[in-house]
Parts: sequence; structure tokens; C-alpha cells
Amino acid sequence: METLERIIAEHPFFADLDPEFVALMVGCASNVVFKAGTYILKEGDPANTFYLIRAGKVAVEVVAPQHKPIIVSTLEVGELLGWSWLMPPFQWKFHARAVADVRAIALDGKCLRTKCEENHDLGYEVLKRFAQIIEERLEATRLQLLDVYAVHR
Amino acid sequence: MTTKTSSNPMVSHPYLVREVVKETYDTFTLTMEPETGANGTLFQPGQFSMLWVFGIGELPISISGPPSQHDKLVYTVRSVGQATHALVSQDAGCGVGVRGPFGVGWPAEKAQGRDVIIVAGGIGLAPLRPLIYEILSNREAYGRLVILYGARSPRDLLYRKELAAWARHRDTQVLVTVDYGGLSWRGHVGVVTTLFKYARLQPSRSTAMVCGPEIMMRFVARELEGHGLARKDIYLSMERNMKCAVGFCGHCQYGPHFICKDGPIFSYEQLRPLLEKHEL
Repeated sequence: METLERIIAEHPFFADLDPEFVALMVGCASNVVFKAGTYILKEGDPANTFYLIRAGKVAVEVVAPQHKPIIVSTLEVGELLGWSWLMPPFQWKFHARAVADVRAIALDGKCLRTKCEENHDLGYEVLKRFAQIIEERLEATRLQLLDVYAVHR
Repeated sequence: MTTKTSSNPMVSHPYLVREVVKETYDTFTLTMEPETGANGTLFQPGQFSMLWVFGIGELPISISGPPSQHDKLVYTVRSVGQATHALVSQDAGCGVGVRGPFGVGWPAEKAQGRDVIIVAGGIGLAPLRPLIYEILSNREAYGRLVILYGARSPRDLLYRKELAAWARHRDTQVLVTVDYGGLSWRGHVGVVTTLFKYARLQPSRSTAMVCGPEIMMRFVARELEGHGLARKDIYLSMERNMKCAVGFCGHCQYGPHFICKDGPIFSYEQLRPLLEKHEL
């Protein structure tokens, strides 16, 4: 049987994380399921959770006035959804919707923030891993903003 | 493979448009045959022709059809200006002048025995399609084939049915993404570099061939290098304003290279010092 501890330890985001820290994470973790079409998080809502995706696909959406929402990225197995829980004002900046049925590990951000404050070694490990994801997504966003396939007359 | 060109590369040969297929709202595939019923043209995947639209002008267009099909030339053209608009507006039976093929193609033979990673952006899939045909028709000669394709939006995707068909070949992985998706799009959304995390790569035994906007190719080449591919094993297809197509006029000069004659395919090792130069 797969335990939360094993799932977290084997998730790419927490690869090579010290077992002591994995144990601390497990105290903030739970299994969650989202049916296709349901919103996992919505812009403006309090951000107190992040998700390690184990199955399915999530669309990150932006709502533009007088337009249908636009999907700006999709996240799949092995990826992480949500970092707004980490920084004030702890509010989601986008919508995220399950495109297919999603299984994920939800980590309680409030719980983890408290543990990171109490144990700065854990906090540094968590921040290093989030910084890597933020850097990758910032680079992808910059390339996306260049709109390289558009016709530039 | 040898290629046949006219004894005078500046002379166009008369071809007739046989078929025009609408790929997307602004991109069309034209199939042409020699007007005289003369022998067809041998070409290497990645080479281009100069297409003369009578009364309008001449355009460099990559060949996008199968290299085994000598009696026909196929071109996929995006209508973005007066000349390309005139070309895609040709009806079946209309005449077009063809010079070429020109340039250095993809290193298909050199890649034999290795995995091939193809990364295409937008209309950049067209010059890579002959290479994909070549690999799929000679499948035993190559290792795994990985095709990563990015377009601006779902309605900009080229060759949709073929992409699905290619994915059904053994040991072939096809991943498609769009920069922006509408709510009805069920596929991946993100720039083409975000596909690398889903690709099954064996970098030390892979050759990568990349075609798309130059900025996209820079990001992709960096990503490939980050995954462990050597610069000499990464090939990019370059584009500049080509006129004579044989290295006389200098319009397409790029540093020490003429894109038309020395390229359009270059290794990343050759290009890297030039790619980040301002205004080159």
C-alpha cells in the first residue's frame, strides 16, 4: 500500500528530500481527488494549499473581461500546482481547473509555513525547490509573451 | 542522396500547381508538377526552392513533401505578405517558376543509428516534415523518434491528422503544445520548451533538429544542451532574406555564412557565437 510518506518522497518535486523533512511534510498532507471540470482554485480566494499532481491534467486559466477564459498553461503528472500560499497576501492569482480527473496530494500551506518558520533548514529546502519551479515558469512565460509565432509586419 | 539542379541555377523551370490544401486559416499546402512532364526533382529534407509567382516576385520556400516523391514538389506556405498571398491564391493549373533545390539539408544520414529529436515551432514543422517522412520510411535505420511541436493556438496547428498518424508508429513519441488554449482545447498548453519534461530522451545517443522562429530555437537549443546534448548534435534551420539562393548576392549573409548556400541547416556549435549578437 502506498503511504503518504512514500508518495511525497517519490514525487519529483521532493526528490532527495531528507526523510526527516518528508515526515514533517506528511503531517500537512492529504489525498485529494477532483472530477474533470471542477475548479481546484479560483482567483482571489485565500491560498492555503498547494498540490502535487499524481494523475490527470490541470488547466491554469486567466479570465479576461468580455472574453472566455484563456488557458495559459497546463500541468500534468509529477508537476506542482500553486505557490501563492507561500507569499503574502496568500491569494490565488489564477483559476485552476481539472481538465481530466485529478488525483493529487494537497499540502496545507498554513501548516507548512509554521513548520518552515520553526525549522529554517526545512524552510530553505522548500524555498529552493519552489524557486526552481518559479524560475522555469518565469522563463516559459517570457517566451510566451514574445508571441514568437505571430506575424510581425 | 544527390540532387538535380538546372545547369544554370538562376533559370526557373515551369511547374503547374496541381492541388492547394488549406491547412489553417492562413497556411496552405501546394502540390506542383513539372509543366513539361520532364523528370522531377531530387531533394534532401530541409532544402528549399525559389518559387517565382509571375508578375509578383520570387520567394524562398522549404520543400515540405516526401523526398521519395520525385515527380511532385510540395510546399506549405503561410500567407503573410503580398507575394505569399499571391502564391497561396494560385488555382490548380496555374503556372509557377521553380528554381532549386538549394542549400544544405538536415543531416539525415549522419543521424542514422541514433535517436532523433525533432522540435518544431509554428510553420517550422513544414521544413521538418520531409525528414519525418524519411525517418518513418526507413524506420529500422534510426532509434527512437521524438517530435515536439508548438504552435500559437489550436487553430494554428499544421498537419493535425499526420501528427496523430506519426504518433502511432512504433518507438515514436509526438507531443504537441499551444502557447494559448481556449476552453475546448484538451491538449497541452505552454511554450514548446515545456514539453521536454514529458519527452523520453536519451541525450547521449540523440541528434536534435530544430526549426521555428529564431528566438524559439535559441531557447530550445539551450534546453537541449541542458538535457545533455552536445552542441554538435543540435541542428537549427536559419532564415534570412534569400534572393539568388547560390551565394552570389549576399542578401542572406549571416556572419561568415551565406544562409542559402552554407545553410539553411547549421549545427548549434557553428551558430552559437552568432545567435546572441545584437541586430545580426
